This record gives sequence, C-alpha cells and structure tokens, in this order.
Amino acid sequence: MAAAETYPDGLKYHPEHDWASIHGDEATLGVTWYAQDSLGELVHYEPPDVGATISKDNPYGEVESVKAVSDLIAPLSGEVLEVNDKVVEDPETVNEDPYGEGWLIKIRLSDITEPDRLLDVEAYRAHVAEL
Amino acid sequence: MKLIFERSQSGRRGSTIPIPELPVPKLPPGLLRREPPRLPELSEPELVRHFTELSTRTFGIDTGFYPLGSCTMKHNPRVNERAAALPGFRDLHPLQEEDGAQGALELMWRLQEILAEVAGLPAVSLQPAAGSQGELTGLMLMRAYFAERGEDERRRKIVVPDTAHGTNPASVAMAGYELSKVATDLRGNVEIEHLRELVDEGTAGLMLTNPSTLGLFDEQIEEIARIFHGAGALMYYDGANLNAVCGISRPGDMGFDIVHFNLHKTFSQPHGGGGPGGGPIAVRERLEPFLPVPAIVRDGDRFRLDHDRPKTIGRVRGFCGPFGVFVRSYAFIRMYGPALREMSEVAVLNANYLLARLRDGYELPFDRLCMHEFVLSARSLKREYGITALDVAKRLMDYGFHPPTIYFPLVVPEALMIEPTETEAKETLDAFVEAMLAIAREAAEEPETVKAAPTSRPVGRLDEVRAARRPVVRYGFSEHPDTGFRPADPRQLEAQKGA
Amino acid sequence: MSFLSLTDADRVAMLDAIGVASIAELFDDIPSGVRLGRQLELEPALSEPELMAHLEELAGRNIHAGAELSFLGAGIYDHYVPAVVDAVLQRGELLTAYTPYQAEMSQGVLQAIFEYQTAICELTGMEVSNASGYDGTTVAADACYVAKHATGRSTVVVCETVSPQVRQVIETYAPGFGLEVVEVGHRGGTTDPEDLRAASEGAACAIFQQPNFFGCLEPAPELAAAANDAGALPVAHVDPLSLGLLEAPGRYGCALAIGEGQGAGNHQSFGGPHYGFLAARWDYHRRMPGRIVGETLDAAGERGYVLTLQTREQHIRREKATSNITTNQTLLAIAGLVYLSWLGPQGLREVGETCLALSAYAKERLQAVGFELSFPNQATFKEFAVRVGRPAAEVVRLSRERGIHPGYALGRDHAGLDDALLVAVTEKRTRGDVDRLVETLTEVAGR
Repeated sequence: MAAAETYPDGLKYHPEHDWASIHGDEATLGVTWYAQDSLGELVHYEPPDVGATISKDNPYGEVESVKAVSDLIAPLSGEVLEVNDKVVEDPETVNEDPYGEGWLIKIRLSDITEPDRLLDVEAYRAHVAEL
Repeated sequence: MKLIFERSQSGRRGSTIPIPELPVPKLPPGLLRREPPRLPELSEPELVRHFTELSTRTFGIDTGFYPLGSCTMKHNPRVNERAAALPGFRDLHPLQEEDGAQGALELMWRLQEILAEVAGLPAVSLQPAAGSQGELTGLMLMRAYFAERGEDERRRKIVVPDTAHGTNPASVAMAGYELSKVATDLRGNVEIEHLRELVDEGTAGLMLTNPSTLGLFDEQIEEIARIFHGAGALMYYDGANLNAVCGISRPGDMGFDIVHFNLHKTFSQPHGGGGPGGGPIAVRERLEPFLPVPAIVRDGDRFRLDHDRPKTIGRVRGFCGPFGVFVRSYAFIRMYGPALREMSEVAVLNANYLLARLRDGYELPFDRLCMHEFVLSARSLKREYGITALDVAKRLMDYGFHPPTIYFPLVVPEALMIEPTETEAKETLDAFVEAMLAIAREAAEEPETVKAAPTSRPVGRLDEVRAARRPVVRYGFSEHPDTGFRPADPRQLEAQKGA
Repeated sequence: MSFLSLTDADRVAMLDAIGVASIAELFDDIPSGVRLGRQLELEPALSEPELMAHLEELAGRNIHAGAELSFLGAGIYDHYVPAVVDAVLQRGELLTAYTPYQAEMSQGVLQAIFEYQTAICELTGMEVSNASGYDGTTVAADACYVAKHATGRSTVVVCETVSPQVRQVIETYAPGFGLEVVEVGHRGGTTDPEDLRAASEGAACAIFQQPNFFGCLEPAPELAAAANDAGALPVAHVDPLSLGLLEAPGRYGCALAIGEGQGAGNHQSFGGPHYGFLAARWDYHRRMPGRIVGETLDAAGERGYVLTLQTREQHIRREKATSNITTNQTLLAIAGLVYLSWLGPQGLREVGETCLALSAYAKERLQAVGFELSFPNQATFKEFAVRVGRPAAEVVRLSRERGIHPGYALGRDHAGLDDALLVAVTEKRTRGDVDRLVETLTEVAGR
C-alpha cells in the first residue's frame, strides 16, 4: 500500500528528492515521497557496497520501476556503513514507508558541515510545489 | 491455457528418428549427461494443437491493423515465403563452394546494387543481422576510418538527438564511444544552435533518424551535414524510417556517409514475433575498405566472396548474413521496381490522412504535415479525465486494433506513435479513426470502461510489477509457483477466436 | 501494385481530407537540394509468376543439400527439420506479429518464448535464458559484454578450438567493449585445462566449445574448473543436439552457456536467419542482453506472460543498457522450441546416438582403408577431422565432381591443417551414404 504524501520535519532534503536524517557524524539516507510517487512501484534496488565512498550530488545506486531506472543521488558525502537489506529484498518497502522502513543506506559523514547546505522541509516543499 | 510442459505426458513422442544398425560408441564417462533434459513429451497432434492455440492468442498483421509506430508493420507478401522455401535457397549450406552457390551470391550481389541505389551510396555490406547491429557496425567503421587517419584518440563523441531510438545510445556505448545528446526544437527538428555548440574536432559523428521518430523530416538536414562535415566528422543514418522516403530522397544525397536498412521494416521481412530482421549497411567510397568480410563481389559473370580486405573491421556475424531475409526483401523489391517511390508516397498519404482525422481528438505536439508516421499525445486526456496513453492503447484492443507505440519518443508526454504503412485500405484507416475518437469520448463519459480495458483478450491487464519483482522466467515443473492457473471459461474462448 | 489497397478515388478523398492538392505537397518539408528528382534506377517490376521464374532460376544454380550427398558441417548442419516446424512457422499470427510490447495482444508468442526459455534452460542446465540472439557468433560477443560488466575485468580468453567465425566476431566486438582477446592453443585437438587456467588469470571469461570446432570432445568440466579457479566466468559454446548425451554446462560449473541453434529446428538457408541462444546462472540475470519473458497474473488472477526485467534494455537504460539488441530471432527460436518438443528427451537422445554411431562408423571405415585421423586420440560426437594426404580443398573439388561434398577443408582457416577434412555425419545420412563417402575418398585420395 502506497504511503500518503508527507515530508517530515527534522529531515534534510536534496533537490533530487533524497532525504537525510543526521545523527552526529552519521546519516541515514532515503528518497522522498515525491520520488517514489513519480517512479511508481519499485521493483529493484541496486545498493552501493558497504565500505564504499559516496559523494554529494553524485549517483550512489539505482532504483527501478517496471519502465524506468533512476540514479540515487547522494545528498551528502561519506562512507557507506550499512545497506537496508529489507529494501533489497522487498523494494516496495520504499513505496510503503519512504522515511521509515524504506531507508536506503547509512553513512559516516566525511564533512559534518555538508548538511547545512541541504534544504529544510519548507524549502523542499516549495521546490516540489514548483515541479 | 496450459504450458507445453503441462501438456507433456511421459511416454508420448512426436518424433521418429532413423536408428542405424550400428553400435553406439561409449563416450568418456566424465562427459556424459546424468539426467535427461525435461523436454516436453507430446504426440504430433497434441503438438499441432498447442501451437495453433498459441497462434490464436497472438495478433499479427495477418489478423488486423497493427499501427505500431517505428516498426513499419506492413503486409508480408506470401510469394516471399514461397521463394525463401525453394530448396536451392533453404537447403544451401553457407560453406558450399562458390561454384555451387552462384545463384545465392548473385541474389545477394543484386540486392547490394539495389540498396546502393536506394541509399545513394555506392558500397554495401549485407552482413549485419538487424538494425541495431547495423548501427554498431557503422560506428565500428567510423572508428576504423578515424584510426587510419590518426584521429581516433581525439574523436570520441557521437551526437545523438533526444528523440533517438534507445538502440542509438546503446550502440554508442558498445562501440566504446561517448554519447553527446542534442535537443529537439519547437518544430521537431534538431536544435541547430545546440548542435553547433556540441560539434567540434572531438566529434566522430552523428546518428540521426530522418524522418525522425516524430515522423518529421528534418528541414535543416543540409545545414546539419555542413556542420558535421565541416568538423571532419561522419554522419550515420538510422534507416528505421526509410519507408517514408524511398525514391524520394536518398540518405547519401542528404549527406549521410553510412546508412543501415531495416529489411524487416522497409522491405517486408515478416517480423516473426520479434525477429528475424536484417540490417545491411551502405557507405561512401572512403569507408568501403573497412566494411565487414566477406564481401560479395562480381568478377565478370561469376560471383565470389572476398575475404582479402586488409583494412576490414572484421566479421560481425556468421557467414554472409541472414540470407533467407535477403531472398524475401529481394523478391519484394523486384515486384515494385522503380515504383518503390509509390510505396513511400502511399505510406505518407495514409499517415497524413490519419493525422488529419485524429488531430481534433488528441493533442498534436508538432503541428506539421507528417511523413510515414506521427505522434499524438494523450496528455489532455490524462489531465482532464485521468486517461493515459496506456489506457487508450489497451482500449484499442477491444476495438480489434493493435495499439500504436506508446511513451515513445520520450520528448512527448503520453505519446501515441502511429504508423499505418502503405498497405492499409482506407476503410481500415477510417475504422481506426472511429475507434480512436470513440475512446476519446469514452475517456470523458465513461473513463472506468477505458481503465478496465482490455476485456476482449485472453487475459486482462497483466501485473508487470509482480513479474519484475519476483521474476519467473522458466517453468519450474513440480516446484512451479501456483499462479492461480485455471482453465479459461467458454466466454473467454469465444473472445480468443476473434483474436 | 497488388500490395497497396488504395483506389484512385480513395486517394482523391484522402488528399481532400488532408487539405492538400497532391501527394507531392506532402513532401514539401524535404529541401529541394536533397530530393532525388528522378526515378530510381531499378529493373522494371516483375509480376508474381515472372518473379518466381527468376528466383527459381537463381535457386537452381545452387547445389543444395538435396542435390549432392553432403558431409559439410563446420557450424551449420544438415539435420532433419520436421514438417511440423514449417507448418507452425507459417501460422500467419506468429509469422507477422512483432515484439510483444502489448502483452494482451501477444499471449501466444509470449508463452512460446517462455517455453523456449524453459527448454534452453533444461538443455543447458542454466537458470535464465533470453528470447534469442542473432546467431552462434554474436551470442559469444554478448557473453563477453556480460562478463566484462560482471567482473570488471578487461581481457577475455577464447580457445583456439572455438569456431573461427565465433573467434572473428569476438575480435571485431572486443575493441569497442574495451576488451583484449587472448587465445589458448590446443594440444592434439583439445584444450589443456592448465593452459586455460594460466591464460584465465585476471580474465573476465573463458570461452570454450563443446564439441569443439574439430569435432573433438573437450575436457569441459576441467576447463570450467580451471576458469573458475582463475576467477574468470566459464562460458560453454555448445551444440544443442549433443545435449541429450553430453552433460549440461550448468552441471559442471559454467556461468553461461551459448550456442548456435540452427541444427535444432532451422533450415541451413545459406547461413541465416537462425537463432543464437544465451543462458546463464541466476547470478547474471540482470546482465542478460535482449528480451526475457516472465510469468505473472492479470487482475482476475488469470496467468499470463509479459516482457520483464526490461530496465536492462536499450529502450529504457539507453547508453547503460546490457546490449543494443532489439529485433532478435524469435521466429527461429520458436522453430527451435517446436523441434525440441517434437524430439522430446528420448528423441534428442536418439538423434545424438544416431549421429554418434554413424560418425564412428565413418571414422572406422576410413581408418580401415588407410586414412589417418587428424586427432587420433580424441573422442568425437558427430564430426571429425581426417587426413586426406593431399590438400583437402582439392579432395573437396574432386569429390564434388563425383556428387559428394565430403566436408570442410580445415586449411581454410587453420594453418598446418591443409590435409585435414572436417566430416560431419548427421542422422539424415545412412550407412550406405557413409560407404559411398569412403569409396569416393579412396578414389580421389586413397593411397
């Protein structure tokens, strides 16, 4: 069952429709409601390897629906600590719960000032409204 | 219906095999098969019923109108099948000595001559197996050409428009080139100013379909040629849409250096549920030395295969290419002769007639006369009634038509790409128009009917998400997932007969 | 023109509806500088009877398999194609449909492809098959592309005993793929697993052929193990008609199994169109080139078939696609399915045994009259190389004057094997045919 449109407070957003939840020098990353809605029902998640380095604004993995492939754009830079195997196994988890069970990776930030350059929820909502 | 493996009964068979009264030697035990493959076991009558039932659940050109844009689904003359089945063609071994294959070699040589005239380019290789292999072969020729000139290392870019078939960028990657995308302008032509910015001495070439996948002839083709040739780059013509311009405008005259033909589109090889095709290429003199081997050449009144081409890119598939496809296309062309021009004229007339009659029911993103196909958009139906291009396509099935190509080209939202071809009668085109207009009305008045379509086919809309998430790509025998298979009810069987 | 359906009155009415005065006006967008402005210089149109007469004349100048007693193989074989195959292929719905983009219109062809995929997986012991490649050469290039992306490595190893045409096609494709090709020589007709192991260090894949081009049986399980040891994907190029007798590549550790399908249900047709098959272990299903059909349900729970895993393909992934292939060889692959279903497991075994018995008989008779085998210590299946004591090309010419095509002169692509004749014996040949071959060779090359 697809989730209803929401953009939680307290997350940081990237204009390419990714969110980041910051805890100290670690962050959990995922895609927003808008991203999963425009892709449609996800059928595959191609995650990065644990230990890989990802860099802000560059692709770190892919998600697929039946008729589309979309790069996952890293909202922040860092080292991959963990991949959400539940999403690898059941990609629809992202459609059902994009901010909870449907998180994609956890990283250790390489630059703890980077989150300051992301959008807050108000700015992201405004960005989505313009699309 | 049952899978052939579900029809199988141990102990049945369809084949009779000669068994010589000779000992069967023992093979090394380590190489022997331990368990036999679980191939189906059926008697011949069961086999015939199975495949006949499969055929009735398939819609071909023989069944009805098939306006699948970009695929040129024209009638396949039956004489072509008879020709390809002549034992002298069908049962000829490709390694037969040349004196025992003169008729086959002559047919291929004659086809080369014809294709050279249609392309306006002098040298032809029939070898590529399909359009996409023709593309890749063409790009390999570019590399060989520039390598000889010492320019391969700097000429790394191939320019491809955003309207191109997906095969173009995929071929660019497989040839080891970098892709450079050019935009489309408001008239549906290549955006010339963007092109000027992109093309420089690092450019190897252009891949262009003309008319484009929008069904529009690029009005600035001469300027495009000046830009590429001025930069020392080459031009590749994707022949997918050649059906629009045979005998009217030739790729070689437009400035292209390499062309591929889709014999299964323009020259009527039956599409066979996905193939076979044929993708011969024609090139300018300066590229001829690099063509694949073997070349088919004429020496006086004899024909032979020439393998001795020192600059060749090599071989791109086995033997001389899909010969049976050549027989059919050669037969087709010989029945037209110079009137191939009329073939293209009528293809364009049919398309413009459909366009004229449909333009009020659907959005027309590029308002021009079209060539052999055109692209409509269901965007307003989607915005106003929630009816998408996919819904329109599925509903067309209930009216007895194969849907057009949808969601392509990518530059048009909710695209419906319609190619009637020259072989259709006006009554058929009129019936299709009535169906399309009826669906547009249904979208407003009873959208749920459109959303529920198709209801007249052996199955309803299939769950593609399920298929992709948990792929089942072969029969699993006793472990096969229970997908709820049940025999079709009599009502559905009736519907199949109308397939 | 009989392939056009518009009457003159139709044309007038249609031009009127469009709002133009003539067909010529429809082409106004084409700049005058690029118009042909004359008729195509093609020979005049032929009526259907004239066309058939012309084509019969051309076909009559070919010496086909029914016109001389042929032992020619080397990749394309004169196996029997049952009548039921031709009958199914002439069903107009299957013949004139295209790629099943619209599943509800195409359940028949989709199910046939699903059944074909299953049959190929059964034959090869693999877990996923595509809907076909162009032929037995291009699927080898496809396998290299799969292996390159699966391993990130940049060399491919190919045994010298693989068909020369397959090797040539790999050589043609390799530079674009950024791959270097390393060849492994043979020792007495087959490949030494230690040679393959050494060459495969750091390679993306290692390709061998079973039975190999010389007809010899490779130590295939050892070759696959050697490639696996070196971290290269083992790829077996196999003859489908051998797989009733010989072990399936999936059962001895291969990552991919590929091959030429012609012998299984396609006429020779001077080299095409035929089908190439490509099957793999499940690990590589997202790297597969080309169409794949999957099973699913409709909204009412009815079983049905669709093109699936399409995000691999060019129309979605474009420059990042696993291949550029779109039009494939579906009709020929369906011929393969009909043929394999006609055979069944028992028939497949019998065809193999008949070929094996007849070719063993031919070997024995030839040796009895004094000919030596080119690779005397090797087991073979349906094809073998024999030394004819003089250039084999000459022996071919002299035999053909006597109505027999005795086989392929291996010297055409193998230096040092000028006196070797590659003889293929299918189930269509008889003991009497083999006797005639032996007599003829004795006459033209006997000692």
